[in-house]
Amino acid sequence: MFELFKNLGTWLTSGSQWAGSDGIAHRLGEHLQYSLLATLIAAAIGLPLGLLIGHTGKGAFVAINLASFGRALPTVGLVVLVFLAGGLSMLPVYVALVALAVPAIVTNTYAGMTAVDPDVKDAARGQGMRGHQVLFQVELPLALPLIMTGLRLALIQVVATATIAAYVSFGGLGRYVFDGLAQRDLVQVLGGAVLVAVVAVVLDLLLSTLQRFLFLPHARTDSRGGTPTRTA
Amino acid sequence: MIQFDAVHKRFPNGTTAVHDLSLEMPEGGVTVLVGSSGCGKTTTLRMINRMVEPTSGTIKVNGRDVTQQDAAELRRSIGYVIQQAGLFPHRTVLDNIATVPLLLGWNRKKARARAAELLETVGLAADAGKRYPHQLSGGQQQRVGVARALAADPPVLLMDEPFGAVDPVVRTQLQDELLRLQKELNKTIVFVTHDVDEAVRLGDRIAIFRTGGHLVQCAPPAELLAGPADDFVADFLGAERGLKLLSLQTLADVPQGPAPQGGTWTLVLDPAGKPLHWASKDAELPVRPLTDGDSLLAALNESIASPTGLVARVDAAGVLTGVSSRDDIHVHAGQAHSAARVVAA
Repeated sequence: MFELFKNLGTWLTSGSQWAGSDGIAHRLGEHLQYSLLATLIAAAIGLPLGLLIGHTGKGAFVAINLASFGRALPTVGLVVLVFLAGGLSMLPVYVALVALAVPAIVTNTYAGMTAVDPDVKDAARGQGMRGHQVLFQVELPLALPLIMTGLRLALIQVVATATIAAYVSFGGLGRYVFDGLAQRDLVQVLGGAVLVAVVAVVLDLLLSTLQRFLFLPHARTDSRGGTPTRTA
Repeated sequence: MIQFDAVHKRFPNGTTAVHDLSLEMPEGGVTVLVGSSGCGKTTTLRMINRMVEPTSGTIKVNGRDVTQQDAAELRRSIGYVIQQAGLFPHRTVLDNIATVPLLLGWNRKKARARAAELLETVGLAADAGKRYPHQLSGGQQQRVGVARALAADPPVLLMDEPFGAVDPVVRTQLQDELLRLQKELNKTIVFVTHDVDEAVRLGDRIAIFRTGGHLVQCAPPAELLAGPADDFVADFLGAERGLKLLSLQTLADVPQGPAPQGGTWTLVLDPAGKPLHWASKDAELPVRPLTDGDSLLAALNESIASPTGLVARVDAAGVLTGVSSRDDIHVHAGQAHSAARVVAA
């Protein structure tokens, strides 16, 4: 056991392992590229959809059922299906990753929109805001914490799942996992898995920090240093 | 002026919220819509700024049919205050107040300056402007709600149970503030409440609604209290409506005489002539002097509490002008009541 961890440490820290087109740095770059691009595409689809459903209140069943659909979706099956239909390219991988990420984004965006106090929306309309002004000036900023949660959730899932790119012969950190399995090289498998986990955690921390400092001035503690509370 | 002409509102589920309503709300006056829940008073209010669309009939604000105007522009020209204030939690108090000016295209600097001015108008400290709504008390939030409604200086103000969620002490303060503001600003105000005392206190006219959206009676508070149109109105106003009427009459016309000398009780004055307390050989009792502007109800109350049955009357500076007897107050209260009944009839 100790031997395994010692070898893993050597594998992760050796300079030669990080260099070259088969090196960790390059694979990490590929993995990030797959993950970020897939999440961006998913956000471009999921955010408008969630905002639209939340703002109009129409099609709520779509948002609700997407969650269970997303949970039930066999990602590897989808990759194989698109691969068989469309041939060998990155397309099946992106389709699968986007399909994985969209439900989390839509359902959280929708949940954020419905959590906005109806009195506040009523007041916004009553002051003379038009539909798009209510959406962008009131609903969106107030739903932002949950929207961000959805994006983080989607990104973590995608980072963890982007290993399947290697399953259909492409790069990314999954390369180590699949190659390691094929070569019965446990250290390599473990190294790939550890790297994926670290990337997921680091990205999540980055996003949550961003969220705290950029978007929520009203949720921070007040100027007197106390916890903001509502008094009578 | 706001005119309702044969207005009906039926909701898609079949309930009639407002039934054949014709009503005029005079310019520069406070019209209070009152009734129990589900009587259509809020729906009536919300039809004025098209938050609810009437099924039939017309509503005109200052002569213009509301349904012929762009809804968003109409709402920007009408102040709107709701229960719980409905402030934007992600915006500072100042930016909350500046909402309508910004929607109207004012530049940010001018809108903020106007908002800062309004903070003072509604009795909030300037440093409250930088805070967020959740850092304020319920009463303060409601003041911000009023300031937001006043920001673009609209001629009409709609207030939907604005003081319903604050405690009685703060509620009275906010009512006083509104009366003071109204003296200055002279807006056309439509005010919804289910609290009869609040209606009597604030209203120049009170419109009483019955479940099903029927307007039962609309009259100035004194007329309403002296001559309720039917048993429903009488019940709604409550058994002590005679006393409520007295809260509307002032002490000004009640005769006064000189303070008694040499009886059991004497009224002790300070060197400036201000009443201090009632004194007898072996006791002292507090005195609460009243001015001409105080109500007959307060006078009656004080005459009962006073050991001599006399009410000490003072001028604006607090100097004694004379005393009125319990009998004089009682007789005058009776006269005021019958006079109001004659007007009502």
